Amino acid sequence: MSNRETDDVTGVETTGHEWDGIRELDNPLPRWWLWTFYGCIAVAVVYWVLMPAWPGLHGYTKGILGASDRRNVAVELAALEKVRGAEAQKLKTVSLAQIEKDPQLQAYALAVGQSIFGDNCATCHGVGGTGGKGYPNLRDDVWLWGGSLEDIQHTIQVGVRSDNPNTRFSQMPAFGRDQMLKPEQIDDLTEYVVALSHRKADPAAVARAAPVFAEQCVACHGPEGKGDQTKGAPNLTDRDWLYGSARADIRGQIWNGRGGVMPTWERRFSPETIKALAVYVHANAAGQ
Amino acid sequence: MTVVIDRTKPPAPGSSEPGPVSAAARARAKDQVGGGLYKPRAPIYPKLVHGRWRAIKWAMLIATLAIYYITPWIRWHRPGGLPKQAVLVDFVGRRFYFFDIQLWPQEVYFITGLLVIAALGLFLTTALFGRLWCGYACPQTVWTDLFIYVERMFEGDRNARMKLDASPWSFNKAWRKIGKHAVWLAIGFSTGGAWIFYFHDAPHLIHTFWIGQAPATAYLFCGLLTATTYVFAGTMREQVCTYMCPWPRIQGAMLDSHSLQVTYLRDRGEPRSPHKKGASWEGRGDCVDCNQCVVVCPMGIDIRDGAQLECINCGLCIDACDEIMLKVERPKGLIAYDTDAAVADREAGRKAGYQPIRPRTIFYALALCLVSGIMLWGLTHRTTIDLQILRDRNPTFVTLHDGAIRNGYTLKIANRSFADATAEIRLTGLADVRLKTPGEPSDAAMLTAVIPANEVRAVRVFVTAPAAALSAPNLPAQFQVKMAGAATSKPTIFLSGAANPR
Repeated sequence: MSNRETDDVTGVETTGHEWDGIRELDNPLPRWWLWTFYGCIAVAVVYWVLMPAWPGLHGYTKGILGASDRRNVAVELAALEKVRGAEAQKLKTVSLAQIEKDPQLQAYALAVGQSIFGDNCATCHGVGGTGGKGYPNLRDDVWLWGGSLEDIQHTIQVGVRSDNPNTRFSQMPAFGRDQMLKPEQIDDLTEYVVALSHRKADPAAVARAAPVFAEQCVACHGPEGKGDQTKGAPNLTDRDWLYGSARADIRGQIWNGRGGVMPTWERRFSPETIKALAVYVHANAAGQ
Repeated sequence: MTVVIDRTKPPAPGSSEPGPVSAAARARAKDQVGGGLYKPRAPIYPKLVHGRWRAIKWAMLIATLAIYYITPWIRWHRPGGLPKQAVLVDFVGRRFYFFDIQLWPQEVYFITGLLVIAALGLFLTTALFGRLWCGYACPQTVWTDLFIYVERMFEGDRNARMKLDASPWSFNKAWRKIGKHAVWLAIGFSTGGAWIFYFHDAPHLIHTFWIGQAPATAYLFCGLLTATTYVFAGTMREQVCTYMCPWPRIQGAMLDSHSLQVTYLRDRGEPRSPHKKGASWEGRGDCVDCNQCVVVCPMGIDIRDGAQLECINCGLCIDACDEIMLKVERPKGLIAYDTDAAVADREAGRKAGYQPIRPRTIFYALALCLVSGIMLWGLTHRTTIDLQILRDRNPTFVTLHDGAIRNGYTLKIANRSFADATAEIRLTGLADVRLKTPGEPSDAAMLTAVIPANEVRAVRVFVTAPAAALSAPNLPAQFQVKMAGAATSKPTIFLSGAANPR
């Protein structure tokens, strides 16, 4: 209900509205405020004309300046490409070994490799690249599929047990779970493997397991248990154990024949990115 | 009972006491005597004077300005692509070049040392000879002197200037004022313009400056120093010394009664009174109250009131007084560089002398020698090589197939010489260690890395120690780096992994 009246104290008319006894004085707006307000309206109108503004049924008004965030991103990416410049171009053509020989290119590859590693590989292999149980340590000198620059590059490209048709693939049988060997035989084999890695083991069990090892394991791990990188078969004589060195761990591995999966990265990264990653991993590893 | 003190209201009518006046009330009453918050500047019209100290002051003006303007233009041979400017503060390249000395940001303590030496030198000079710095060498004094010289060129000497300022505006007054301010601005601009040459290659900057391609900081600082020179030397002058500068306050602690300063010899001058030619000098002082010492003073003070905060010890009043003494045929030196102690001694009838060697001056001189010695030793003995070691934190150690342990480090090696050098890196304190850096085909007992001239290079070093050498979780070791005849070593630790069995 509008009931305009004059306020006694100020002599100003009220708006006539009342809320719980509170009335509002109808003072004029300050001039500076009013002009700022009109100015904002004017700016808004100019903005509609110049910049993308109103949504329509099919798209939106584009504005006569043609501003576009999508284009800005493209421009920034092109600028980034330019900043990276010669090194990024060189990475595409130069061989892996040459990258390591050129200090400036190597520094660039290491920087790229480190950031790619942190974003993609660290999830399993750890930020420091030392892996964990079931995830290979990339900093030492033990390699399932080879630790040369080319081997590392290929592993990154195709992955291990991945959906890439050329994937690196090995499969250790689950001797216990699939009942290929009896539990006692697996116990004896465990002792045999412990003996292989130069630790104290039960000689009787080792003797019992020798023919079983020769029959079941030699095909991949070799007669001396030194493994074979072409098949991805680990060396059983060193101190490095992917699934643990304790007897229970070794027995568990013979029983279940576990094998991890590494994705194929060639669909996701450009060849030069994979090169940089290979150089980074190789540079920080104790190598082969 | 609480008493409310209201200083904002005038005193009650009928009260005989004036009552306290608030700052706001005083500010409002700025046209009345004692009103206003600040003392308005009374214009000073220093009169030109000739004499020994004025001559020294002109010589110092020319010498200090010459050093300031010419220094950035001195070229200096340095090898390779290094700057060819003798004195250059290179903020972009993070180097300070001073002829054959080149300082890195890590060596900023040499600048600190230089400032300490400058401060001690100022203390010693002040304790011995008073504020010589203020009177002769301070930029405020030098530029003010130059500005007064320009002022005199356009508006004439003291009396002419006073007359001109009092006269109504006319074409004559206008062109003189405009000309003066134009030349002042030009001097200010050349001051700011010279300043920026200390920070960029001068011959290059003088070109890019005019075509608008110099760095923004060059324009900013040129403008800033143009403004401060114009304002400080043109309009503020003695107020900078009296109100802004801390040195007049600090000097009170440096001076004592044995320090030389510009002194009115009251023992000889008093009682002062005007003197008629031929009248007797008996029973009166030598001061003829001619006021010449006051009219020549750039600080607008009367030296006969004794040593004061405003006095910059420039000695112009000595020249003015000597001129008068010559005319009235009395001995020169009624105002002279003298000590308070000497004046007191003569007043008491004792023999007066100057005592330069005092505990204070001995201490300042010793401190000055000590700090200068340390800095000089540091400068001549500083090495061209610097080593910092960053241990890898992840992984802290890596176990290899045969039980050997590998630790990773990043060595930051600085080559402060002007030539590329090959660093030989070794690790001592551990037996049979092998070192490797990415890109090298195999491990070796010693690693080499080329460190480019005038640069810091990060070198990744992997150290492998055989299992047999690992006796404790933490093994102390030292990295040794030899490069171009210089050597340095820094301690580090090798983690054997024994604390983290796997």
